[in-house]
Amino acid sequence: MEEAPVIEVSHLTRHFGRVTAVEDLSFTVGPCEIVGFLGPNGAGKSTTMRILAGFLPASSGTARIAGFDVFHESIEVRRRIGYMPENNPLPTDMRVREYLKFRARLKGLHGETCRERVDVVLDLCGLREVGRRIIGTLSKGYRQRVGLADALVHDPPLLILDEPTIGLDPNQIRSLRQLIKDLGQRRSVLLSSHILSEVEMTCTRVLIMHRGRVRAAGTTADLQKAMSDGNQVVAEICAPEEDLRECWESMHEITAFNISPCSGDFFRCALTAANGTDLRDRVFDEARNRGWRLRELTFTRHSLEDIFVHLTRTERPEE
Amino acid sequence: MNLRVFLTLWRRELSSSFASPVGYIVLAAVLLMLGVSFTLITDALAKPSDIPLTELFYGSLFFWVILLLSTPIITMRTFAGERATGTYENLMTTPVGDAEVVFGKFAGSLTFFLILWLPLIPCLLAVRHYTNDPSSLDWGAVASTHLGIASLGALYVAMGIFSSALTRNQIIAAIVGLALGVTLFLVSFNAAALAGPGAWPAAILREFSLVDQMWEFSRGIVDVRHLVFHLSLAAVFLFLTLKVVEARRWK
Repeated sequence: MEEAPVIEVSHLTRHFGRVTAVEDLSFTVGPCEIVGFLGPNGAGKSTTMRILAGFLPASSGTARIAGFDVFHESIEVRRRIGYMPENNPLPTDMRVREYLKFRARLKGLHGETCRERVDVVLDLCGLREVGRRIIGTLSKGYRQRVGLADALVHDPPLLILDEPTIGLDPNQIRSLRQLIKDLGQRRSVLLSSHILSEVEMTCTRVLIMHRGRVRAAGTTADLQKAMSDGNQVVAEICAPEEDLRECWESMHEITAFNISPCSGDFFRCALTAANGTDLRDRVFDEARNRGWRLRELTFTRHSLEDIFVHLTRTERPEE
Repeated sequence: MNLRVFLTLWRRELSSSFASPVGYIVLAAVLLMLGVSFTLITDALAKPSDIPLTELFYGSLFFWVILLLSTPIITMRTFAGERATGTYENLMTTPVGDAEVVFGKFAGSLTFFLILWLPLIPCLLAVRHYTNDPSSLDWGAVASTHLGIASLGALYVAMGIFSSALTRNQIIAAIVGLALGVTLFLVSFNAAALAGPGAWPAAILREFSLVDQMWEFSRGIVDVRHLVFHLSLAAVFLFLTLKVVEARRWK
């Protein structure tokens, strides 16, 4: 996969007055990658996306899409992206098909190709039966699909979707997620979200942003590995507390443990191992050898949520 | 300038005027005023006179009420409304040039403004029909009146578009547009205050008199100086609008 990156951002900074929304941001997105921008509200996700879509200029730094500078060659960049802004603003007075046709024409399609593409995206986004409805009368889910259909209508090699699943119900989120995954097979997708599970399930790569900076980047698996120091084995064992304490202290892999009583005569032991090693078989052997009764044995991996919370909860370094 | 994109935006602008309640309120109000002025014309015709019908209509002053009030309301939506709803972001991230956007919105609003005046023609025809006096309706005067409406309309729509581009609040856009329009309309009224022997400021201000200019148009006189004045000032406002739109990409 030695292809040129679709998005190339280097040292991008954007100030709004005294507020710095994006600070020294650098990343790349390759072809057919689905990259998720994750961060709490106000992390700079939307600002970055607006800069990439050519709606806002950067204060410093550069961003290139398919080799074109987003500021100096804005028209070329806009030809190659399908952008869905935050909150997906749509004119409420137009019909769905009419709106998509209008948008397709603005994006340079006309005549037969225009009609064909509008039909394709109507089908793709499940909008066929509401094509004649006025957008203002549609539900949130349908409006979101109209926004997505608009972003797709000129078949761009890159989709930039700002919070595409906001305001949708779980079923709609599920179907939209599948749709984005399918779309990502043939094109690159950059999407933002503050919902972790969504990014975890759809994206091949994640960029965690906080206060305008990328705090962590990599595949979900990479991030979990990086955080593996915190992996724990949880075991519920029926044994005297002193024996348990003595046993865990004797195992040199265990760097920390915590024993708390729970229902019955059982104790809940949370064992943290060095390098995040999975200690389940060792714990089981130990329990069998000593004749302890074991009723639960779990290996807790850090979810993206823990990583997210860990990275974004930290206090502001300066000021 | 991409003609196809321009035509798409023009059509969209015009059709959205017809899809909004504001558009119909303006249409209804103008129709009412044209109707009232029609009754005034028929009253005036009861007395013998040799004034052309168009001049009679123009003398009713409804012309100015319609021009000054309708243009800011038609144009307030163009930029301010789109920015308020956020669809401006959608528009500006498609591969369309800033010039196409400005001219498309201008052409759409001006077309809607001209449509407002169409009922004037049947009014004049009705009077002509019942007076049985062929000289009462001079087609040349009708044409020059509409030419004056179109060229003054272009100027006022351009001013309205400019004020709409300055803000994201439609009310502020309409008020700024109205203020600009009324100011331009009233400038020549200062001529009287400055009048006196050899008062050149008064002479200059009199040339700005939209009232005198439109009066000539309504009498069937087409003065190219007036057309150049209206259209060049309209071009200045469109240029300023374009700069405002371009500047927004920079900050």
